[in-house]
Amino acid sequence: MMKRRAQDINEKITWQEVTTGAEIFEPATSLLVNTGEWRVMVPVFKADKCRHCMLCVPFCPDSSIPVEGNKRLDFDFDHCKGCGICVKVCPFDAIDFVKEEK
Amino acid sequence: MAYSLKKEVQKPERLAGGHRLCAGCGAGIAVRGVLRALEPEDKAVITNATSCLEVSTFIYPHTAYYDSYIHTAFANGAATMSGVEAAYKVLKKKGKIDDNFKFIAFGGDGGTYDIGIQSLSGAMERGHDMVYVCYDNEAYMNTGIQRSSSTPKFADATTSPAGDEIPGKIQNKKNLTAIVAAHNVPYAAQTTFLGDFRDLHNKAHKAIYTKGACFLNVLAPCPRGWRYETEDLAEICRLAVETCVWPLYEIEEGVWRLTYEPKKKLPVEEFLAKQGRFKHMFAKGSEWMIEETQEYVDRQWEELLSKCK
Amino acid sequence: MAKRDRMSGNEAVATAMRQINPDVMGAFPITPSTEIPQYYSQYIADGLVDTEFVAVESEHSAMSVCMGAAAAGARAVTATSSAGLAYMWELLYVAASSRLPITMAVVNRALTGPININNDHSDSMGARDSGWIQIYAETNQEVYDNYIQAMPISEAIRLPIMICQDGFVTSHGVSNIELLEDDEVKEFVGEYKPENYLLKHENPLAVGPYGTSPYYMEVKRAQAQAMKDSMPIILDVAEKFEKLSGRKYGFFEEYMMDDAEVALVVIGSSAGTGKEAVDRLRAEGKKVGLIKLRVFRPFPRVPLADAMCKVKAVAIMDKAESFSNSGGPLFNEARSSLYDLPGRPYAINYIYGLGGRDITVDDYYEIFNDLFIIHETDDPGDVYRYVGVRDSRYEEGGFDHRKY
Repeated sequence: MMKRRAQDINEKITWQEVTTGAEIFEPATSLLVNTGEWRVMVPVFKADKCRHCMLCVPFCPDSSIPVEGNKRLDFDFDHCKGCGICVKVCPFDAIDFVKEEK
Repeated sequence: MAYSLKKEVQKPERLAGGHRLCAGCGAGIAVRGVLRALEPEDKAVITNATSCLEVSTFIYPHTAYYDSYIHTAFANGAATMSGVEAAYKVLKKKGKIDDNFKFIAFGGDGGTYDIGIQSLSGAMERGHDMVYVCYDNEAYMNTGIQRSSSTPKFADATTSPAGDEIPGKIQNKKNLTAIVAAHNVPYAAQTTFLGDFRDLHNKAHKAIYTKGACFLNVLAPCPRGWRYETEDLAEICRLAVETCVWPLYEIEEGVWRLTYEPKKKLPVEEFLAKQGRFKHMFAKGSEWMIEETQEYVDRQWEELLSKCK
Repeated sequence: MAKRDRMSGNEAVATAMRQINPDVMGAFPITPSTEIPQYYSQYIADGLVDTEFVAVESEHSAMSVCMGAAAAGARAVTATSSAGLAYMWELLYVAASSRLPITMAVVNRALTGPININNDHSDSMGARDSGWIQIYAETNQEVYDNYIQAMPISEAIRLPIMICQDGFVTSHGVSNIELLEDDEVKEFVGEYKPENYLLKHENPLAVGPYGTSPYYMEVKRAQAQAMKDSMPIILDVAEKFEKLSGRKYGFFEEYMMDDAEVALVVIGSSAGTGKEAVDRLRAEGKKVGLIKLRVFRPFPRVPLADAMCKVKAVAIMDKAESFSNSGGPLFNEARSSLYDLPGRPYAINYIYGLGGRDITVDDYYEIFNDLFIIHETDDPGDVYRYVGVRDSRYEEGGFDHRKY
């Protein structure tokens, strides 16, 4: 039987279980992938210094700076790869960039 | 309506995390930036020419897109999107589809300046209601930083390496935006990632919501290929614009307009010096390369200014 | 109610398309298929159909348009020949892998090298491993009938399909044809209703992933199964078509095979001349027969082998070289299908008709004569042969294949 959800598709499924034409018919299944494991350096969000100017948000290649209402929240560490672009664009020094302890 | 970054970033995200682009990749920023210009009530179909972006954003079974997506091959991003758009037109006409869809194709410079230029030219000429976005990182990064026709002169790429006899790439960068503009498309523009993203956003919005075939050329730095520290992306983009290496302009119904003019044009060294791919230009005896690059950039800039008058 | 008419094979395809009214056509002209998009553009211009015609700048883009359109939920068609098909090559595999049911009218023409505009099967035979269903026709009537059956087959199994005919022979040759009524065709072909498509309201669809090693082979295996599973569908559609039209189709047609001692296996219009040769030889009391292969992909391995096993020696006719030093594509597959059967006949390959070279009744006489000699002497000689080529070694009275 064909698996219908990406969460059920893994490297153990049989050829009868892959989706027809290798299609995926649900949105944003990449969220299942933890690219946060790639990080060497990690951004540290200093909420007290943040003025929620949002300049960091569009610069994130990994959509890992969540926004709720008028506020940016702490990073999505499941997907942030630690590139540090946000650190440099922040005008208020509200993001530190440190070696990640694993 | 006046642009507000604060409002724009509250829109639902259209590119999910968990894609496998390198840390700090400009392609992801370009895609997010363009898709953010979609009105939330509109749906979209996105296509990719084969590229870093493609092999990173839809690895079975993980799509990074919230919208529908199709990849078929390298040379045919624009043609594939043409087919989707044609289907939309006819199915809408037949009353089989109610939603409003927008059609956005992304290709790297390899898939756009080079192998895909025929298909791009065809789609632009036929005038499909779509946007073609080139995320230009100035080499074939997916296969390991080979030169493209977008690679600037003197850049050290793996098929135009800098050696004792040959100083990197020996040809200048192709002016693709002008080539597309010569198709008399309703809208074409060049942009990159700056400050509050106003420039990119406004251009993307115009491109998406202008009827017909529109084109965006987005300079999208590649930290690995250009050899700079990932966190310096914003500074690299700023210097590309301030030195006029990558001027920001748009062509609307044949009218050329600068969208940003540096107050004081910076010398090209400032852009070049930040990147390993130009390192050999700073060796003793290589001063002529920088001079020549400066002359070239000056000449291109003057030409652009004359078109924008 | 059937309508009698006279038309070329190209017009027959265009007429079938008009009756079906597909959603999108992406096409680029190339001889001898050019007339199909020409006729069709005129139907659009005259308001007879509401298809979106995308006048692309190349065949590469024609196939790309078809893939985009089919994935979007539209019924997509194209037509091409020769170099045009070759230019689509990489995408043929992609369309099949993404399981997009595109219908392509292929008007067979020799591949360039040197350039030639006439018929052989090198173009579609070259694409034989791309994952497309391939159905061939002998006559204009068959071209029309095959085209009407294409979409019900292709859409049911989600594989793209080529409806092939011989360039200039049927494509431009005008002959009598029986057409179905427009509404009969519409009802027979039905609507294209994929479960998921790019423009679907309820959920998005992502097509064409990077298939990494842990998944690629499973995806290919599933695709191979689809080709297998298309076999009963092809027969089922043929049966329904027979009920509608009275014309019977299968994987192949057997002509005078019941008591035949030797036979030909041939694809396309050359079967017509072959049947003429069979008739004349039968009149002379020779027990000869002919198998005309209609469906090449999926290859009807088992039934074809059974049919060939009725005779002692079979000539397998290839209108395409494969430069393999082991014969043409049909030969290799047909001969291989015989391997496990105890009563298998001798199987001899004849390469013929390249670049529009005529094959004549005399040529078939020569072939049948060869087969009888092989049958009588139990010596096949060289099984990889040519017919109809000027050869310095040809002697008065025939070519001795045992000598070379």
